[in-house]
Amino acid sequence: MNLTLKVWRQNGAEDKGRIVEYKMSDISPDMSFLEMIDVLNEELIEKGDDPIAFDHDCREGICGSCSMYINGEPHGPEDLITTCQLHMRSFKDGDTIYIEPWRAAAFPVIKDLVVDRTAFDAIIQVGGYVSVNTSGNTQDANALPVPKADADAAFDAATCIGCGACVATCKNSSAMLFTSAKISHLALLPQGKVEAQERALNMVEKMDELGFGNCTNTGDCEVQCPKGISLDNIALMNREFLGASLKSEK
Amino acid sequence: MSNSAGLFSSSLGRKYLMAITGLFLCSFLLIHLIGNVTLFTDPVQFNEYTRFMSSNPLIRVMEIVLVVGFLAHIIDAIMLTKANKTAQPVKYAMDKKKSTWYSRNMGLTGTIILAFLILHLQSFWYGYKFGDVAMTLDSSGTDIKDMYTMVVAAFSQSWYSAIYVVAMILLGTHLNHGFQSAFQSMGLRHKKYTPAIKKAGTAFAVIITLGFISFPIYFYITQL
Ligand code: HEM
Ligand code: SF4
Ligand code: FES
Repeated sequence: MNLTLKVWRQNGAEDKGRIVEYKMSDISPDMSFLEMIDVLNEELIEKGDDPIAFDHDCREGICGSCSMYINGEPHGPEDLITTCQLHMRSFKDGDTIYIEPWRAAAFPVIKDLVVDRTAFDAIIQVGGYVSVNTSGNTQDANALPVPKADADAAFDAATCIGCGACVATCKNSSAMLFTSAKISHLALLPQGKVEAQERALNMVEKMDELGFGNCTNTGDCEVQCPKGISLDNIALMNREFLGASLKSEK
Repeated sequence: MSNSAGLFSSSLGRKYLMAITGLFLCSFLLIHLIGNVTLFTDPVQFNEYTRFMSSNPLIRVMEIVLVVGFLAHIIDAIMLTKANKTAQPVKYAMDKKKSTWYSRNMGLTGTIILAFLILHLQSFWYGYKFGDVAMTLDSSGTDIKDMYTMVVAAFSQSWYSAIYVVAMILLGTHLNHGFQSAFQSMGLRHKKYTPAIKKAGTAFAVIITLGFISFPIYFYITQL
């Protein structure tokens, strides 16, 4: 396959950045998208140019680091996959492909396609956990009955890999799908219920403070999420937060 | 730390306010539409209805609630839309959104509705209160302001009727997204009921749009 790539190049946070065009030839349709960029980077290194910086780690769809906006969509044109799971057969010979970093004030560009997603860690740090002691005295899991529907919903929410595609595609750069997935994954289970109230209050407050936008319920996040996290979670977060705000004595 | 006093300074609190005021404004639209049906039934009835609306004490109180509702909705809309623009400062060179156009442009459709609202209030509310309205007789033979003739005259102008039609279509798109969105904002989402709420929202948007459009179109056509 022959392709034209239009890639965002930005040499550090202070640089203004620009789209640079690269011509690629003899790309195998069986290559993964990241392998295709690897090939380009080898060519660039051979020519003495700076290779394109991009995040990647597991290359099997579980770490959520391979963030890039490909032809107008996070993780490219296919549904329910990350960029590392995208293959060149999803494109046609002669295609022009735009590759851009996530765009959000809360995710500043570090270099080229790499953005700083510590904002997500900051949200997790204020409540995305349960404070139970797990050192040897854990109870048998089956001793606490959990309704099947709740267990399923909690597991679905727990599949969020923190990739940030939801923020990237949202016209408001809202982190509500991510935050709500973390809130409901714990709020639906008995171990998480204990701290549900502070969790909802603290995580939403942190999310606001970090400069993520507000949800307008356009639903773009749900469509683009590689893990199919549902808007049900945002509704659950909205209920949790309302209840917690009214009950909270602080 | 969040607290209930600061509820409305949080993103979600602002969304609840948006949803509550939005649904309240929806109820106002429905009542307004039902009242306007008298334009089709009988000029005297319509004139008596406008007099009732501007003199009944309960309605006067509701008028204040309505103004507060509108202001809260508009101020909250400005704050949310501004925050959303700041959160997404750089646009993509290539962006393919899968969502509907109207769900992404509530700020734009809202602003046009606001512009329309000002024109509409200037013509009819200001017109009724301070304008030069001809007098006629009500069903008991007392003097009454002839709003019917004023409305009919306004809609005989093609440009004026056209503005109404366009504004009502945009209001329809605002409602088509807004009605169901308000339920989601308040956390009211359910596998069984949400599809019904979405259908009800679309039906509501269609009824409001066609209902309000029918007046300018009817009076424009009958006066050609
Ligand atoms: C009769 C008039 C109006 C009605 C019935 C109405 C109704 C609604 C409803 C039901 C929502 C959904 C709330 C939610 O998503 O939770 C909404 C959202 C919105 N409205 Fe209105 N509205 C009206 C007028 C206006 C005006 C005049 C403005 C303009 C300045 C405006 C701006 C907005 C915006 C920007 C949103 C989206 C807020 C967000 O989700 O971030 N609306 N409206
Ligand atoms: S909700 Fe989906 S899109 Fe958002 S961070 Fe989690 S996995 Fe990624
Ligand atoms: S590299 Fe880990 S999800 Fe793609």
